[in-house]
Amino acid sequence: MSRIGIFICWCGENIARNVDVERAAAEVADLPGVVCSVAYKYMCSDPGQSLMRQKIVSERLTGVVVASCSPHMHLRTFRKAAAMAGLNPYLVEMANIREHCSWVHHDRQQATTKAVELIRMSVAKVRANAALQPISIPITRRALVIGGGVAGIQAALDIADSGREVVLVEREPSIGGKMAGLSETFPTLDCSQCILTPRMVDVGQHPNIRLYTYSEVEGVEGYVGNFKVTVRKKARYVDMDACTGCGQCWNACPSKKNLSEFDYQMGNRTAIYVPFPQAVPARPVIDRDACLHFLKGKCGICAKKCAANAVKFDDQDEVITEEVGAIVVATGFKLYSIDRDQASSKLAGYGEYGYGQYPDVVDALQFERIVSASGPTGGEIRRPSDGQQPKSVVFISCVGSRDNAKGISYCSKICCMYTAKHTMLYKHKVHDGQAHVFYMDIRSGGKNYDEFVRRAIEQDGAHYHRGRVSKITQENGKLIVRGVDTLVGEPLTIEADLVVLASAMQPAGGATELAQKLNVGYDEFGFLSESHPKLRPVETNAAGVFVCGACQGPKDIPESVAQASAAAGKVLVMFSNEQLSREPEVARINETNCAACFACVRACPYNAIERAEVRDRKGQLVKRTARVNPGLCMGCGTCVAICPSKSADLEGFTEQQVYAMVESLV
Amino acid sequence: MDIGYYPGCALHGSSNDYGSSVRACLNALGARLCELDDWICCGATAAHSLNHMLALALPSRNLAIAERQGYEELLAPCPMCSMELLKARCALTASSDLREKVSEIVELEVQGKTRVLNLIQILQKIGLDAIKQRAVRTLKEFRPACYYGCLLTRPADTVQFDDCEQPSSMETILCALGAEPVQWNYKTECCGAGMTMADGPTTLELSHKILSNAVAHGANCMVVACPMCHVNLDMKQADIDREYDCRHDLAVYYLSDLVGLALGLDEKSLGIDRHFVVKR
Repeated sequence: MSRIGIFICWCGENIARNVDVERAAAEVADLPGVVCSVAYKYMCSDPGQSLMRQKIVSERLTGVVVASCSPHMHLRTFRKAAAMAGLNPYLVEMANIREHCSWVHHDRQQATTKAVELIRMSVAKVRANAALQPISIPITRRALVIGGGVAGIQAALDIADSGREVVLVEREPSIGGKMAGLSETFPTLDCSQCILTPRMVDVGQHPNIRLYTYSEVEGVEGYVGNFKVTVRKKARYVDMDACTGCGQCWNACPSKKNLSEFDYQMGNRTAIYVPFPQAVPARPVIDRDACLHFLKGKCGICAKKCAANAVKFDDQDEVITEEVGAIVVATGFKLYSIDRDQASSKLAGYGEYGYGQYPDVVDALQFERIVSASGPTGGEIRRPSDGQQPKSVVFISCVGSRDNAKGISYCSKICCMYTAKHTMLYKHKVHDGQAHVFYMDIRSGGKNYDEFVRRAIEQDGAHYHRGRVSKITQENGKLIVRGVDTLVGEPLTIEADLVVLASAMQPAGGATELAQKLNVGYDEFGFLSESHPKLRPVETNAAGVFVCGACQGPKDIPESVAQASAAAGKVLVMFSNEQLSREPEVARINETNCAACFACVRACPYNAIERAEVRDRKGQLVKRTARVNPGLCMGCGTCVAICPSKSADLEGFTEQQVYAMVESLV
Repeated sequence: MDIGYYPGCALHGSSNDYGSSVRACLNALGARLCELDDWICCGATAAHSLNHMLALALPSRNLAIAERQGYEELLAPCPMCSMELLKARCALTASSDLREKVSEIVELEVQGKTRVLNLIQILQKIGLDAIKQRAVRTLKEFRPACYYGCLLTRPADTVQFDDCEQPSSMETILCALGAEPVQWNYKTECCGAGMTMADGPTTLELSHKILSNAVAHGANCMVVACPMCHVNLDMKQADIDREYDCRHDLAVYYLSDLVGLALGLDEKSLGIDRHFVVKR
């Protein structure tokens, strides 16, 4: 026989204003199985909870209904309180009489009637509740970090420093990401490589980090705590262990005129190459499409020069399986391609800026290389077309960003700051040069950020024009930039030697495909979705998968690093237990009744149901059945709805309970 | 090939040289232009600055006539006409309510099914190979600056033709016929258009910039596909020369003129003799 207690919350005025809580408490007191019904001003407060605990003990309650706010808000609170009083926490249910009732109705009479009905439904449900136990699943306490930019590096180091093993996968030949190619960083102007490369070296030498560069994650199986990840190590044609990174091979390589990816096509590299001198690992890779050995079957000079005999032309891709318990995604960003060639047909380019047509119209990352001491011009600011020092440079912000007509509504967040930085770096190197900036708004929120922009304007004399550029043409070697200064209210034409476009940040190529493999959501732009924008910023809806850095949304270096450490922290919280505890409200298949049609297997959005066999003691096949993996099941109930033989049911939300709730109303 | 033909006011009036040119050129390519019965004004700039529904109804009536006469495609060589027709077509296909309302206003059932093409699109449809096959002479002495003006490629979403900012479709056709189009900067700038009536000096300045840039980049003639552009660049060229004390001496051809010349047509039948700037 049930002994149910009902606890009705006033929520101060929130509920009590529109619901007569005392009347409700009186009306539900007579429901079958109810032994006590009380109302209290704040059920979630300490005295409220202790009232509930006392009643559980004194009335020997077998079930509790709390009529208050949304279960999202306080279900955990009340279940914990019940557990403290010795009641199985899964015997506590909530009736939402705030969001679903008092907040949305004005007629006090009707709202009170509705509150009573909501409580009656919950009583019906709790009467059929069963005591459940949290599910324990073992975890492999190793982490996978995907992406070796600054975010991935930070996450990997934090996890590894705490003593856990990390597998770091990077698809480029070296870790370092976009940051390794930057010149100096705002708002302190410290050298990007100088602050990043020590971290890269730490990663390369860390005993707890297994580094796979020039590798990609191919498949992910399993579930939180127990992922099985396949990684494809692309053929590098260089034996990583034998190679000493001496450089004889790339100094001797005759194929020298290949556009450097690291310099964004503004410099050249050899066919066997390290992308940049501080690369980690400092081991070269052979570009098959440029290597004379592969193209013509001749050459092989690198192999002859190699004292360590490390060049292996017969190298093959290798597929490796790693077992990990948690995954951190840090795949970063790419720049919006300004030309007409867009990844999505929805996104139009900016033909009017002549990017790709005029060599002296460059994007922001290219300008970083032009300014960088390790760049193609050795740090001297020279324009790509003729190597002349530009005396007038126009910077255009919001290229692609905040432009619905181009398909991107968001602000890329970092461009205002790096454009200010670009004008400063330019002025510091070309004292008689003039920087012009066309901007929509200056967004410089952040510690010391606005001061930095003011410095660019006031000390380094950048001319800021609030307005857009309508067209760039070329006359006599000059770029004619025509725009408008909306503060002056007049059209403006500037003859520039170089134009730098601050183009939008987009998620790196392949991010959405990876997200699909990981069952992680992403938005219309391809940025991965966090579980909650405020309170769960690095978790995803796929348990055990975390995000950090620019793959989740545009952000600068400090934010990426902070988020990476946060993701590492979440991984370590998970790893602090040997077992993982999960809520037991998951689906269960009645294997006796299951007709093995496997409709549920196909319908399950989490791939949580598998085909299983029931065998007798002699090993004879008795029957086939579907079986839920409680580690993967998210309790969505899709299988329950689809099962034709009614063999699937959801713990804590059984069909019997739902029918009881409906019956209580009619 | 029978093609529905909507000449619009200009090709019957002030720009009848363009009308002759389009007819002669397309006839020589085997396309028969069937002028719509009882067509009316497209509304041009006047209608949409007065009344939105009027600006939709006027071109819609022409679309209705084209539908009634069974044309799947309609040639409107004037970019203002083709843009107005396309704007109406987009609006009609998007809303059944509007289709009903407009059908009532124009007293003809209209669906907005007829595809509207500009002159360049008709030539593309005939095909470069077919044009080249019929060509009897090369255009190699022509170094045209191809001028698209503001309307041929805009609004990009409505007309969905060529690259809005860096178009190249006229160059492709002319290159195939041996001409050597120049690379220049003012392909899609405004010539001043109808402002020529209200504010002459501004139009002269804009057109002067266009002509100067073409000359500076080595053009020996200009090619347009818009009657209004032709007025400002050709008819007004003497005024421009006087105002800016210069001598552009730049013949301005319609695209169909040069294609017609390549096909062996004479200047008279193409209406070139009615241009103001005569090639010396």
